[in-house]
Amino acid sequence: MNPTMTKKLLLTLLAWGIALIVFFPIFWMILTGFKTEGEAVATPPSLFFEPTLAGYHTVMARADYLKFALNSIVISFGSTLLALIVAIPAAYSMAFLPTKRTQGTLLWMLSTKMLPPVGVLMPVYLLFRDMGLLDSQLGLTIVYMLMNLPIVVWMLYTFFKDIPKDILEAGRMDGAGTVQEVLYLLLPLTLPGIASTGLLSVILSWNEAFWSLNLTTSDAAPLTAFIASFSSPEGLFWAKLSAASTLAIAPILIFGWMTQKQMVRGLTFGAVK
Amino acid sequence: MATLQLNNIVKDFGGTQVIKGVDLEVKDREFVVFVGPSGCGKSTLMRMIAGLESTTSGEIAIDGERINEVGPADRGLAMVFQSYALYPHMSVEDNMGFSLRLAKVPKAERREKVLSAARILQLEPLLDRKPRALSGGQRQRVAIGRAIVRNPSIFLFDEPLSNLDAALRVQMRIELARLHEELDATMIYVTHDQIEAMTMADKIVVLQDGLVEQIGSPMALYHHPCNRFVAGFIGSPKMNFLDVEVREASSEGINVALPGGDCRVPVDGRGVSAGDTLTLGIRPEHLKLDDEGPLTGKIVVIERLGGVTSLYLEHGDSEWILVADGDVAHRVHDQVRFSFDPTCGHLFKGDGEALDHLHRHPLVDIDRKQNRVSSAPGDQ
Repeated sequence: MNPTMTKKLLLTLLAWGIALIVFFPIFWMILTGFKTEGEAVATPPSLFFEPTLAGYHTVMARADYLKFALNSIVISFGSTLLALIVAIPAAYSMAFLPTKRTQGTLLWMLSTKMLPPVGVLMPVYLLFRDMGLLDSQLGLTIVYMLMNLPIVVWMLYTFFKDIPKDILEAGRMDGAGTVQEVLYLLLPLTLPGIASTGLLSVILSWNEAFWSLNLTTSDAAPLTAFIASFSSPEGLFWAKLSAASTLAIAPILIFGWMTQKQMVRGLTFGAVK
Repeated sequence: MATLQLNNIVKDFGGTQVIKGVDLEVKDREFVVFVGPSGCGKSTLMRMIAGLESTTSGEIAIDGERINEVGPADRGLAMVFQSYALYPHMSVEDNMGFSLRLAKVPKAERREKVLSAARILQLEPLLDRKPRALSGGQRQRVAIGRAIVRNPSIFLFDEPLSNLDAALRVQMRIELARLHEELDATMIYVTHDQIEAMTMADKIVVLQDGLVEQIGSPMALYHHPCNRFVAGFIGSPKMNFLDVEVREASSEGINVALPGGDCRVPVDGRGVSAGDTLTLGIRPEHLKLDDEGPLTGKIVVIERLGGVTSLYLEHGDSEWILVADGDVAHRVHDQVRFSFDPTCGHLFKGDGEALDHLHRHPLVDIDRKQNRVSSAPGDQ
């Protein structure tokens, strides 16, 4: 075997190793969901057992899964759409009409992600209470939009920056106004990037738990709240909790699986030339 | 029909002036070339004409009408970019028809106009292709086609050939010249390549550091450069320069001292007196090997191009380039003697300004169109 083959083999093994480590908790969770409560806490853990749907039955009987799932879908897709609508013009102006402060603005936006959300919980909670946005889909949509906006603007900014200025100028010479320039040239050219940005935003919103737990109770509660409702005061029921968690991540897992090609393409867009 | 006037236009980028007051008059159907070294402001000047850069002060006018405040699309100009700037996601046909689509021209009419432009450029078989499936030369033609479709009053070309290989560049140069004939349009062309400028222009504008150094026909710039910069920039290989002392000066000519004896250059010597130091400029092609010649030099490099041979000579601390016949048998390190016809010499003052020649060169005012066979003489 020549050295490049060896190197390739080692890299492949390493990649598989990392992938398995990352995937293992999810695998274990799915497995546990099909165990009885007794098997779930057994030491040493049993790998071979008789699968049961008991956990799922209890979970489905105790809570309206579909309502939570629908809330999750509406809120994560809604906030993503809203974020894109706000971020596209912002990224456009930063990428094509930069000023001395553009870099600073971008960094400042990113720095807001470093603030612990709990630091602004009180004011946001009070604002939402006064505006009647507590436990509403709209309220959570707005919060998620704001939460993801820095990342969305950053990603779109880098995708837009990769578009040669000449192409937009040619469009301007051809008679395109700003709106036409964006609609006919910029958006079609950066579609893979926009798609992957959107996907990332959907996934981040889907997985967000802090705000959803604090700002919703029942009407607008998404799947994260659904999982949380199974960690009851009388102790953890691992099998039921795992079943609930599996149900909660299933839609986004399938969604991510279907769009992984698009995501990888978008996230490496511009990296390889 | 379109003329262009620039009146003292200035461009200021946050405190740095890149265009420092340019005046220019472009006549209808003229082919004007902006030429100069990188960073001289030639592209900025073109972008200001196009409306892609704002004008800090001064006035730009097309057909006598001020257009400073008019948007790029409404100036009636079309621009061909150095990078071609084709829309990668559109077919050739859609690329060429994009301006018409924006102008809401009906589809049938759009297609007709695109087809007629495609016919001129032999692009018909490629109309359904995407730009990435085209060669460099084809992309270039699509970019030109996109400009033609707009039926502009003035075409702007921003270094359009610099991404092509040498052979294709020569071919496109000829195609562009032919296109100018065929479309009979006003064209402005930016390049750093003086050969492109010399071969294509009716009028060359030589720029340096945001200022116009000289405007004139290619032959005028070649034979009567107004200063040392233009003399060195136009012509290849570069003009030789040598500091010389004035022996005698009058309105009839100037005698200058050369290593092998005095020579008389026929320039207006008023204002110059004996003892002054001037710079003598002689083009490499005007130097000739001459066993009786007054000048000597040692060959350091020989470049044989087949038809002609460039000899790089050294004499003391002066260096000379001499373009000789292709068949010269000299070798590196040979000592050679050479001479020149003093009427081909140029003299420059200390500040670089040229002294006027007593006689205008007969080809200075030749119409460029006389250099070519017109496709339909006299039909316009």
